[in-house]
Amino acid sequence: MTTALERPSLKAKERPGDRIFSTSTIVAGGLILAILAAVAVFLLVQSLPAFIADPEEFKGDATNFWQYVWPLAFGTLWSAFLALIMAVPVAIGIALFISHYAPRKLAQGLGYLIDLLAAVPSVVFGLWGIGVLAPLVQPFYTNLVEWFGWFPLFAGPVSGTGRTTLTVAIVLAVMILPIITALSREIFLQTPVLYEEASLALGATRWEMITMAVLPFGRAGIISASMLGLGRALGETMAVAMVLSPSRDVIFQLLTSQNPTTIAANIALNFPEANGVGVNILLATGLILFVITLVVNMIARVIINRRKAFSGAN
Amino acid sequence: MTLTKSATAAPLTNSLTAGKLPRRTSLVVLLSSWLVTGAFFFVLMLSGATEGFNGVATLFFGTIVYCVAIYLLSYFVEGVRKAKDRLVTALVTVAFVVALLPLFSLVITTLVNGLPAFLTPSFFTQSQRNVVGEGGGALHAVIGTLMITGIATLISVPIGLLSAIYLTEYGRGRLARAITFFVDVMTGIPSIVAGLFAFALFSLLFNDPGIRFGFGGAVALTVLMIPVVVRSSEEMLKLVPNELREAAYALGVPKWLTILKVVLPTSLAGIVTGIMISISRVIGETAPLLIISGFTASMNYDLFNERMMTLPVFVYTQYANQGADTQAYLDRAWAGALTLILIVMLLNLGARIIARIFSPKLGR
Repeated sequence: MTTALERPSLKAKERPGDRIFSTSTIVAGGLILAILAAVAVFLLVQSLPAFIADPEEFKGDATNFWQYVWPLAFGTLWSAFLALIMAVPVAIGIALFISHYAPRKLAQGLGYLIDLLAAVPSVVFGLWGIGVLAPLVQPFYTNLVEWFGWFPLFAGPVSGTGRTTLTVAIVLAVMILPIITALSREIFLQTPVLYEEASLALGATRWEMITMAVLPFGRAGIISASMLGLGRALGETMAVAMVLSPSRDVIFQLLTSQNPTTIAANIALNFPEANGVGVNILLATGLILFVITLVVNMIARVIINRRKAFSGAN
Repeated sequence: MTLTKSATAAPLTNSLTAGKLPRRTSLVVLLSSWLVTGAFFFVLMLSGATEGFNGVATLFFGTIVYCVAIYLLSYFVEGVRKAKDRLVTALVTVAFVVALLPLFSLVITTLVNGLPAFLTPSFFTQSQRNVVGEGGGALHAVIGTLMITGIATLISVPIGLLSAIYLTEYGRGRLARAITFFVDVMTGIPSIVAGLFAFALFSLLFNDPGIRFGFGGAVALTVLMIPVVVRSSEEMLKLVPNELREAAYALGVPKWLTILKVVLPTSLAGIVTGIMISISRVIGETAPLLIISGFTASMNYDLFNERMMTLPVFVYTQYANQGADTQAYLDRAWAGALTLILIVMLLNLGARIIARIFSPKLGR
């Protein structure tokens, strides 16, 4: 009877099951951070020899690591940038179509259709790019060089195969469309319905409603979605490795047979045959790529998270 | 008096529809602009300027003509604001259709080019060992893909799921925020970097500068898979109503049993869906496997020894190292691509069906 008189403690009893379970979840969470750190550390350790490598170890006319990686970094940024320019307007269009134009009943199905594009493996995109797209666009390139050759980007001589920077940029644009679309669609759907209805009630057309209510609300979201797409395009490997006929020049021309290759494609093409310090050099270029994408992704995420704080959705 | 007078006196022009184009205008304009450009290209064909009827150009230029025509028509009848609205509607729809073109083109090409080799019985019963030119199959690649992806799933699902549970049920403060942020950042790691990481790790561990083995590929895929699993499971766990948890606590159920017996079963369908989608994400990864698992023509059931072929790498090597009989290699590459697309689409479809059927009825 004495136990009944004791005041019940307000703190829940610590059961061993509880402790084991919560600890294991913390360990799993911490493991993720550890993995990310391990990626950085192991890449860094393995690429150290590349920074002090002999000049003869580098392919081409590069004499040190930075000279070696610069054209590759340029090619990576250039093709990703071109892909982004093509993909963002189309992606915003699709996102608007699905969120505000398509019939309500169809909208979700159409969204799935775009998501399917994201599910296609990149190696299949590579096969498609080289087997279908390159031959298809080559005649256009010939005409483009003929008519607009005075414009520096389209200067000749035209590539005979169509395996040019522009083709790669198109393939990359198709590959990053789904992620930009999915994110911007989500943001557009978060626009407070009251804003939309208010502007429609004031007599705005649908497009005016979008420019006044939806786009200002979703601007940060569009920017970060584009940056995530940029991150994808920067790291895309197989499609570039298969489609591009590579060279190691820093040139802006889009349609010639001299095309700056990308870091990722360069690794994929040379890694199977690399040995000795050559492996370390490729790992070091991978480290550079990792740093570039990490920075791009972190900026994008910071923008998204800041947006979350004052969005009407939560 | 004047009010009723004007109301009765103006039945001839309906103020709601005056100054507007009839409802089906855009459809009519679209069809007629296609018709006009079609006629133009038909004349070109008859005159011999082009070989055959150029259907693609008809649709392309017809759509441009439509955009211009609907803008002008609306501009003169409805004014500039309406005209802009109609133009944007047209452009937005075009953007959607344009995005679908590569998808359809890709699926159709893969079907057409891949089916012949895909349907040969040897494709799923033989490896490429000692095969030069025609024949052989992709059994070694299919087995390799299943084993590597299976191991990657076995590693990343527990870690990912437990982290998601931590984030939704336990996580407060700085650690939880850091994990959320870096999981998001991790989704953007290029796949090839994951492969390089696995290579750097294992070549240091085993002190073998040319290391290639299947398990390394699984580790690389794990790096890519964990963030996807965490994100999707977290979303699903958040959907579980708090009332369920509180009801369990009220009955005196410990927290860990509440999670195991109440929260997880409620969101199981969603979690399974997420896992299937994450598998479909990584099963098509080529670059990391090319680097750490390498390629081979023979069967290999040992994850810890020797190179291991996988389907995406099979597609790539068949394409990249074409032998004398080019067509046979290309056929096999496309057949491998078709197999991959089928697997990915089936996983996606299955995931959607599971989500549709088993999703908890929240009574909203």
